Amino acid sequence: MNLAPIPYSPTGTVYGVLLNFQGECAAMAARMTQPPYQAAPRAPVLYIKTANTWSANGADIAVPRSVAEVEVGATIAMVLGPGSTRGQGPSAAPAVASYVLMNDLSVPHSSFFRPPVKFKCLDGFLGIGARLVLAAQATGAMDPALFKLHVHINGSIRQSVDFSCVVRSAAQLLADVGEFMTLREGDVLMLGCDIGRPLAKVGDRIEISAPDWPAFGSLSNTLIAQAT
Amino acid sequence: MKNARVAYAGALHTALERDGQLLLADGRLVALEAVVWLPPLQPVTRARTILALGLNYADHAKELEFKAPEEPLVFIKSESALIGHRAFTRRPPGVTFMHYECELTVVIGKTARHVKRCDAYDFVAGYSVANDYAIRDYLENWYRPNLRVKNRDTCTPIGPWLVDAADVHAAGGPMNLALQTTVNGKLTQSGNTRDMIFDVPFLIEYFSSFMTLQPGDLILTGTPDGVVDCRAGDVVVTEIQALGALHNTIQ
Repeated sequence: MNLAPIPYSPTGTVYGVLLNFQGECAAMAARMTQPPYQAAPRAPVLYIKTANTWSANGADIAVPRSVAEVEVGATIAMVLGPGSTRGQGPSAAPAVASYVLMNDLSVPHSSFFRPPVKFKCLDGFLGIGARLVLAAQATGAMDPALFKLHVHINGSIRQSVDFSCVVRSAAQLLADVGEFMTLREGDVLMLGCDIGRPLAKVGDRIEISAPDWPAFGSLSNTLIAQAT
Repeated sequence: MKNARVAYAGALHTALERDGQLLLADGRLVALEAVVWLPPLQPVTRARTILALGLNYADHAKELEFKAPEEPLVFIKSESALIGHRAFTRRPPGVTFMHYECELTVVIGKTARHVKRCDAYDFVAGYSVANDYAIRDYLENWYRPNLRVKNRDTCTPIGPWLVDAADVHAAGGPMNLALQTTVNGKLTQSGNTRDMIFDVPFLIEYFSSFMTLQPGDLILTGTPDGVVDCRAGDVVVTEIQALGALHNTIQ
């Protein structure tokens, strides 16, 4: 009998981060000092992807009829291992156990003043890769700055994401989040989504992959119309 | 019934209030002061969704110089922010304004998707009291209120009890309950849940229209006027009629 491995599903809270790509910040630069923002953010700007958003690899994701297009947020997430991130400096080894592909879907929104619950916490709006890639490999710890992702929609490449272009490195992000809250074992922290996020609509098949890291597999989801 | 979760004599217990004492599930009767109080919530298998309202009382919105919102202003917390009754909440060094927020808390009792307002109370397991502390020094205008303000360890006491929905509904429902906060015994906040902008049935209908809620998920429904700075050593008691008094000490 050939038993497939059980796909990964988060055991803790899933956090996302806004403005962690240099391109995102450059695109917002002129607006940052204007109302309602008044200033560039100092601490990491986090949000939570609630459990109702979690979709497995291969699952269909239902789009409400009022939403014409959704924004694809291709990213890699850190899954926390044992030990606390709290109070670590940027040079400390982060307590990351593994990495996983994610598709952080949003209803497109242009204001980042209020928490994005109705844009980001719709049922099914987080595709989650089936495979965890261990952070500590035989060759040493992986460097998330080397990650690159491709996003295909219906087989056509629509975005490349290069994690060397982040604002806070993985270690810095963990340290700066750990300054104000504890990430527990099993919690998940995404590394951010770059600008140029493709839009997708009902019927589209979205596939996210890391060509240089086949161990991630690919994360594929198809958008369907919500039944009710 | 009033349900609690406590640590006593080296183990965790569920318990009921019984004549001013705690009746543990194993039949022992112990004093309220003899236990360590945990959030009165059963563990869940996937991350608990904790929705919290901002500016949901018109007087509080005015106090903070905001117009009353046209739709709910909601943010999300993680379970790591929760602590129980009679616990300690840490005030970070150097901050100038940390305030409590006494909030009626709804605990969802069954899977809620596309719930209509008229059916909303059927989806409630019970009610509790939360104190949704905020540290205003850390407010930034990005996804405000940001997690650095609202998702800090120890900064969301909840309890002491989960009061069964049937008891609250039989006594007139959750929308006419007095709530108040005292700091070191002095009354600093006083209001009534009838003054909410978006009431409990509306909130359940609104959230369940786009996100499915599961048993054990929480809705913290916002706080009225009257928030003041709290200092280390202050004893803060947030109390809601028929639900109980939640004690917390600033550390």
